[in-house]
Amino acid sequence: MTELSAALAARKISSVELARLCLERIRAHRDLNAFITVDESGSLEAARLADERRAKGEGGPLLGIPIAHKDILCTRALRTTCGSRMLENYTSPYDAHVVSELERAGAVMLGKCNMDEFAMGSSSESSHFGPVRNPWAKNRVPGGSSGGSAAAVAARMVPAATGTDTGGSIRQPAALSGICGLKPTYGTVSRYGLVAFASSLDQAGPLAKSAADLALLMNAMAGFDARDSTSLERTKEDYARSLRDLDLAGLRIGVPEAYLGEGVQPGVRKAVEEAMRWFASQGAKRVPVELPHLGLGVAVYYVIAPAEASSNLSRFDGVRYGHRASEYSDLVDMYARTRAEGFGAEVKRRILVGTYVLSHGYYDAYYLQAQKVRRLIVRDFQSAFERCDLILGPVAPTTAFEIGAQIQDPVKMYLGDIFTVPGSLAGLPGLSIPCGFDEAGLPVGLQLTGTYFSEAKLLAAAHRYQQASDWHLRVPTETPL
Amino acid sequence: MFSGASTAFGAAPNTQASAVDIALPGTLPVANRAAVEHAIRFGLAVKGAINRRSIFARKNYFYPDLPKGYQISQYETPIVQGGEVRFLVGDQEKTVRLTRAHLEEDAGKSLHEDFHGMTGIDLNRAGTPLLEIVSEPELRGAKEAVAYARALHALVMWIGICDGNMQEGSFRCDANVSVRRIGDKKLGTRCEIKNLNSFRFMERAIEFEARRQVELLEDGKNVVQETRLYDPERDETRSMRTKEDAQDYRYFPDPDLLPLVVTEDMIERIRTAMPKLPDAQREELIASYSLTPAQAGQLTSTRATSTFALATFAGAPSTAWPALVNWITGPLAAKLNEENIDIDKSRVSSEQLRILAIRTEQGVLSGKMAKEVFDAVWSGEGDVDSVIEKRGLRQISDSGEIEKLVDEVLAANAKQVQDYRAGKEKAFNSLVGQVMKATRGKANPAQVNELLKRKLG
Repeated sequence: MTELSAALAARKISSVELARLCLERIRAHRDLNAFITVDESGSLEAARLADERRAKGEGGPLLGIPIAHKDILCTRALRTTCGSRMLENYTSPYDAHVVSELERAGAVMLGKCNMDEFAMGSSSESSHFGPVRNPWAKNRVPGGSSGGSAAAVAARMVPAATGTDTGGSIRQPAALSGICGLKPTYGTVSRYGLVAFASSLDQAGPLAKSAADLALLMNAMAGFDARDSTSLERTKEDYARSLRDLDLAGLRIGVPEAYLGEGVQPGVRKAVEEAMRWFASQGAKRVPVELPHLGLGVAVYYVIAPAEASSNLSRFDGVRYGHRASEYSDLVDMYARTRAEGFGAEVKRRILVGTYVLSHGYYDAYYLQAQKVRRLIVRDFQSAFERCDLILGPVAPTTAFEIGAQIQDPVKMYLGDIFTVPGSLAGLPGLSIPCGFDEAGLPVGLQLTGTYFSEAKLLAAAHRYQQASDWHLRVPTETPL
Repeated sequence: MFSGASTAFGAAPNTQASAVDIALPGTLPVANRAAVEHAIRFGLAVKGAINRRSIFARKNYFYPDLPKGYQISQYETPIVQGGEVRFLVGDQEKTVRLTRAHLEEDAGKSLHEDFHGMTGIDLNRAGTPLLEIVSEPELRGAKEAVAYARALHALVMWIGICDGNMQEGSFRCDANVSVRRIGDKKLGTRCEIKNLNSFRFMERAIEFEARRQVELLEDGKNVVQETRLYDPERDETRSMRTKEDAQDYRYFPDPDLLPLVVTEDMIERIRTAMPKLPDAQREELIASYSLTPAQAGQLTSTRATSTFALATFAGAPSTAWPALVNWITGPLAAKLNEENIDIDKSRVSSEQLRILAIRTEQGVLSGKMAKEVFDAVWSGEGDVDSVIEKRGLRQISDSGEIEKLVDEVLAANAKQVQDYRAGKEKAFNSLVGQVMKATRGKANPAQVNELLKRKLG
């Protein structure tokens, strides 16, 4: 993106030309199913406007850069489906905060990316619009839920895309698709216009090919928004400028034992260990840290997230917008049929679980208990960050698995979130960057987790790593340039 | 409560609902500062505890006029806890303790008329802030309940947090009614009555419901805990839903809203701006102007009335105070009511009313003349003194002049004089009437009485 930006500034290429190239690649790799909606005419018009802005003297690193949005971020220009039949034909009358901020910075939206239905999933298979395929191996998943965004960036359809992360939905697809993704500290990026899955966890963030690109996107996406009560009032940071500020010498990197223990694929473990060795070679210190409640993360997450989701998704009742059953006998029947038809299996499963854990007589044992353990997980991280500056480990225990391999076994799928979910529960920022390949040639993701608002530090550490490595520059075998 | 939409009553359906109110995907609630301040003001007015940290929760249920599928309401931790309201039931002062007052958002309206076989949904009201005030079960009977509701109604209008319009739903009441045998310690099973949109209906609904419950018990049956609806046309309550239908609302803290934190500064600012409350005002009126509790109660029915009364009293001789109370609660109240005008827009100003009372006190005007002047000032003829001049209404208080008239009347009415002397008291009134008639009502009646008595005695 940095190079594209320079080329645009030097008038070596116009934004319209760049958009055309991207649209061509999107067409050429339609079989990946990365997009739900592509807006050829709208995006060319937006690109033309970007060229005009440049002609008038405007600049900026994102001006004229083509991007794609995860189809959970509301856009006026294109429908916002959330990968669901429920919102198949829904167009929002307003833009999400993230969407308008990126538009203001001059980014050109080419379309909306496929995803797990309502962001519920780790494989992008639960979409009403069909599964997304991994550009490194088309019979494999790209990860999820922001799998369309990850596949689109990995296959070079767009230089960058937005995603949302509730329990790993940016980091894990970035890892499985061999690109970079950042889940910011909860409250850093406004949730206004992000269709809610689990409100206390949802956070939008960027997916791109390098940490430097993520920094540029974060500069536009982060910032206070009064329309989101959980948005934090902080002075704006320049993530791009601080990329070179970090001194790796003396940096204390915590590696929890469990992160490289049982259940982690050897290929994943090896790549992560090698990345750690590189940091050590630069003077960083590997320190042991403990996260005693790590193992409870997935259980806690799969109580809290469905609880919030069961309530958040109540608004999809067929009354005001979205799908409505065509035949019904009365009001309750209308609700039942509308929701039975509109939601897929995974969404229904989570609504049921969420409704159950909030029910009278079960609330204390499940929801309240989960909130208490969530506090313990927060405390684990707080004490860990007294001993280290950042935590390093894998994003996921495995590389990309085959389409259909886990969809029938939700618990197995959920357990794949073991390393991403704890940071989400604690509201911490987490970064995923490529750090190698397994024996099958599938990309491995390295996760860096920092304390609150340490995005600049995470990005800088990743940037240093990427200056010395080329994992992030590798092009997927199935979508060559 | 959580959106920026207008709350004006009576707008065309769905014209005052924002993206947040209709719960479009991706919208988020942001608490309304003014609503929070109003809740705090109420809490301070009833001497309740203001929770420095209160929690908004989601109450989950499906209904077409509930756009999000949940209502945001304070559940476990309300903004106001405790407090009390003092009020008069007849002459008796009574205090009822409050349990809590919490903030929540209103739902929309389902319109069942005008849509054949269908239901219309109007979301204008959805999201309007509500303060739900819950009292302890300490009210005994319909009269007390209504007196409490009226006092609460007066209070919320007094402190400016509600326009009090019951027809438009700005002030709504639900009443929980239970009965028990005299001497029983334990309260009986209660029923909640909804749809009480006037004080009159409230009184009738409670009376009906209490009677219904007593009859049930006397027939050896049980009262079933349920929600009942009052039907004013048939003057009865009907079952809406029983406890068995009670939904599991699956309350949990709303993750879209952080705990509502109230700072000491905020409370102090609101306390400082608080007007003198009706209780204090009533006590001041009793102490400073020697009013009875009932009179003071009448003059503090609204804040505007009390402001008007105080302005009227200021500068009036103490001897005129009783007359002023009568003016305000009598002719003035009647006029305001008749023409549906608020007292702060009264066409007879507090100053003019005071002058009117002073002129009466001075003997310039008789009571009857004063009423005539009042009406003339009301209809815009001028101020009190110019009306007196213009209409030549100065009362004859010159005893020489009156004596002359009395003598003339006595001379011309020998029969009545004779009757009176024979013990017919009625004849006296007739003679007074003759004198008044001769002066076209302008003679000072007290003087006429006195002179006649002397002459006839």
